[in-house]
Amino acid sequence: MIRSEVLRDIAPVICEHLVVCNIGLPSQELHMIDDQPTNFYMLGTMGLSSSIGFGLALAQDKKVISIDGDGSVLTNLGTLPTIANNVADNYILLIIDNGSYGSTGDQPTYAGKKTSLAAVARACGCENVVECQAEDTKAALEAALAGDRMTIIVSKCESGNITVPVITLDPVVIRDRFMKQVRA
Amino acid sequence: MSINQKIVTDLVANRVEFVTTVPCKQLAGVIDEIEACPDIHHVPANKEDEGIGLCAGAFMGGKRPAIIMQNTALGVTFNTIATLTQFYRMPLPMLISYRGELGEPVACQVEMALHTKALLNQLHIPTYHFHNREDLRELDAILKHSFMCNKPVAVLTDATFWKGN
Repeated sequence: MIRSEVLRDIAPVICEHLVVCNIGLPSQELHMIDDQPTNFYMLGTMGLSSSIGFGLALAQDKKVISIDGDGSVLTNLGTLPTIANNVADNYILLIIDNGSYGSTGDQPTYAGKKTSLAAVARACGCENVVECQAEDTKAALEAALAGDRMTIIVSKCESGNITVPVITLDPVVIRDRFMKQVRA
Repeated sequence: MSINQKIVTDLVANRVEFVTTVPCKQLAGVIDEIEACPDIHHVPANKEDEGIGLCAGAFMGGKRPAIIMQNTALGVTFNTIATLTQFYRMPLPMLISYRGELGEPVACQVEMALHTKALLNQLHIPTYHFHNREDLRELDAILKHSFMCNKPVAVLTDATFWKGN
């Protein structure tokens, strides 16, 4: 499975929750597969999906899922100690780890080589880290949503992209409709 | 009331409930005050752009945010300020220690001080420079300004200002 297939698989599970989605192809794919006002699409700022989602989880009680990538987490590795040391049990970080920088041409990341992001997360103090194969991501996400424990999921999938249009929604519209769902 | 207490009082009066910090020697006292304040959720960040991401999330979660950081780290924040805070129209008071100004003991700090105001100006971030203790009177209005216009606003606090504590 490639990332877009993982997103298609989990779309029915995440559609009623607050989702912060990573910049580039992940947001474009999620937007194409199942656009929801509960999705916050990142149009810029590589690396901060986990931070934005985590700040949101700390500020209110609804469950929040950050969809991130291995390359983006490597860009902002400092996020993992912050998450580990300020536990929010309404927070799920889903790292779709395809071992490559998908949006920029599938250059390999170190997560696809020697570096295990699950091991890094555990070493940073995250207590509930699940590594799964792409096919099992939906089940892992359902289990995390059913529990009331902060969870980091590292979903190992294949590298590869589909053709998707860019998101033309105005950023303020994305933010406004998202905040209305946060308050709803 | 000390400078540190006055800053935290103004933050609380403006309903700032979420503050992320990356430390600086000049900011040690105000960070302690924030950590001790029951009305503020303090989340230390490892890097300033990470902190601004946390602030963006907290804002969308209904909490007014602020970041406390050092001017030498401005460079790592610019992409985040431009493509997140400004692009999505979010408020962000930035209380920044202005290292490298008069009284600075570390020569290297002067190098970023030379660029600080020009860089903030280039990013169209309204910038206020606190040099004397009395300048603190404007903090309340500066906070209100950031939340009124949904823009990042910078407050540069130099060594002379902190000596007035």
